[in-house]
Amino acid sequence: MTATDAPPAPGAAVLRARKRGRLLWLFGLLVALVALMFLSITVGSRNVQWPDIVAALGGSAEGFDQAAVAKRIPRTLLAVVAGAALGVSGAVMQGVTRNPLADPGILGVNMGASLAVVTGIAYFGLTTAAGFAWVAIVGATITAVFVYVIGSLGRGGASPLKLALAGTATSAALTSFISAVVLPRNDIADDVRSWQIGGVGGGTFDSVTQVLPFLVVGMAVCLLSAYGLDLLALGDDLAAGLGARVALARGVASLGAVVLCGATTAVTGPIGFVGLVVPHVCRLLVGVGHRWLLPFSALAGAALLTAADVAGRIVARPGEVDVGIVTALIGAPFFIYIVRRQKVRSL
Amino acid sequence: MSISTVESAARDRVLRARRRRGVIGVLAALIVLMFAVSLMVGQTFYPPGDVARVILGQDVPGASFTVGRLRLPRAVLAVLAGLCFGLAGVTFQTLLRNPLASPDIIGISAGASAAATFAIVTLSLDDAGVAAFAVVAGLLVAVVVYVLSFKNGVSGTRLILIGIGIAAMLDSITSYILDQAAGWDLQEAMRWLTGSLNGAGWDNVVLVCVALLVIGPVLLSQSTPLSMIQLGDDTASALGVRVDLVRFVAVIGAVGLIAFATAATGPIAFVAFLSGPIAARIIGRNGNGSLLVPAALVGALLVLVADFCGQFAFGTRYPVGVVTGVLGAPYLVYLIIRTNRTGGSL
Repeated sequence: MTATDAPPAPGAAVLRARKRGRLLWLFGLLVALVALMFLSITVGSRNVQWPDIVAALGGSAEGFDQAAVAKRIPRTLLAVVAGAALGVSGAVMQGVTRNPLADPGILGVNMGASLAVVTGIAYFGLTTAAGFAWVAIVGATITAVFVYVIGSLGRGGASPLKLALAGTATSAALTSFISAVVLPRNDIADDVRSWQIGGVGGGTFDSVTQVLPFLVVGMAVCLLSAYGLDLLALGDDLAAGLGARVALARGVASLGAVVLCGATTAVTGPIGFVGLVVPHVCRLLVGVGHRWLLPFSALAGAALLTAADVAGRIVARPGEVDVGIVTALIGAPFFIYIVRRQKVRSL
Repeated sequence: MSISTVESAARDRVLRARRRRGVIGVLAALIVLMFAVSLMVGQTFYPPGDVARVILGQDVPGASFTVGRLRLPRAVLAVLAGLCFGLAGVTFQTLLRNPLASPDIIGISAGASAAATFAIVTLSLDDAGVAAFAVVAGLLVAVVVYVLSFKNGVSGTRLILIGIGIAAMLDSITSYILDQAAGWDLQEAMRWLTGSLNGAGWDNVVLVCVALLVIGPVLLSQSTPLSMIQLGDDTASALGVRVDLVRFVAVIGAVGLIAFATAATGPIAFVAFLSGPIAARIIGRNGNGSLLVPAALVGALLVLVADFCGQFAFGTRYPVGVVTGVLGAPYLVYLIIRTNRTGGSL
């Protein structure tokens, strides 16, 4: 909606105030993200002194301390890009399905990507992050279509309950398939198991750069769909009346979201609930318009995942808690909160 | 109402009761048959005579060990765990009037698994300790899910969704515990988590058997009030059912069954979920009395058949949970589609 639609003087003032509020939040989020990235590089299971950190940032890796910091840098990068991708992916899925509970994890899309990657490792000898990303995107797409079709059959279309149940049930089934693929293979079980929990600890510059093109394309598609998503939010009929090609808009936006979460899952393993929590929080900050919501979700997702990763390293010293576990522990209560807040009928 | 319609209704009822008895009989016969097959067939085949002599306690070279120590406890545990899962699953589905509200979706199994994993991996407890942990955790989760979904009464929808959330949390705790356990054999842990009868021994059999003998009759005694609750709380209380009491007893009993069975075998995927709907399909949809017994039998048959397939039908030996998970998936999808169409009855 633009300023000209609003009643003249007070409306314009409100809009200007809201815009200022958004810019303030944007600034705040950016500062928070930078601070978290800084924390992520300085904090870890090993206590490292300042000179070593500075040296490591300069590219040196002498001794254990500097080497430890050198490992934290790609990890932080991965947390930032993965968080941004998952945040946007969740926001788009919630927009496309008009469903407050949509999330790559809950809809089972992450599990579809996981099964594809595990199959790729077990039968096709895939080893590169880019290879994982391709199969993960295929797996994620198939799962997303499948869950959406099942969830939207019958009366009432794709209601949150039906989608969530279809996603959960599909996830459970996919988990069995993953076990069926992994169990006979002692040689890959160890790798797959640690990957399957969902973590950014294994991030390297190489893996990040390999999936980056996928993430950039997915992000661009999603951001370009913002206007279409705003129209879809009005309801299919009204959107069509306003000139949107509903099916096309929905398909393109979904594809962007699926590429984002598939490529992310390929490197990090399935990480749930980031895509659920982030858009809800961002809507409180900047309202429901997707042109603001999507960039904010990217920033907030990056901040959340980085924070979760740092928290996982601090709580379990000298060990680590994988970030997928942290996000589930934060995100599931939030999921419950949303469920409790919704009126039963709209579920 | 004319006399002829009354007569035909009565005849109808007799026919349906007969069909129900027939179905129960056939299911029981199939279980016995499958039980016998899983005792006889394996790496080496033992004829029925040998198997019978082992069961009667005579010493048969070779067969005494293979059948008596390996196959018999395994098959018995399969039946017992299947009965527990089937009975508990259908109890929940009846109480909440939704086939999707089975313990494995609403977090009860996840709670029992997390507690059992903790007890096994971190505390290294024995079978009884693991079972105790699983029972307490299962009950706790049931209470938490119920309390959280309470908001001007409990709606089934809200309860299911909140259960999904709780299950996600508990699953992440389980993976954390497993991840921390360095000495623990990863393969074995994964097998247990997918549900497996590999560890079957007489110790777990006794535990599950006692649980079933204590809890089973209690649940079965509530079958009539339970079917009335399915008509709606108000109708049930008008018919003289003490709804809250029945619900309380049924939930405690069902959680107990799930927890004991899970502690022994791990969460065998979808058995609790599928038994009730399958039983309902076989018996026919017009409410032929309670589903508790048929569902329990279907559960036992499912686990027996799936375990047999898992051991011998493929190149590798799969734990039973993988087979029920993979075979159950298409039926599950079909069930969701059908439930969406009909709006949610069994």
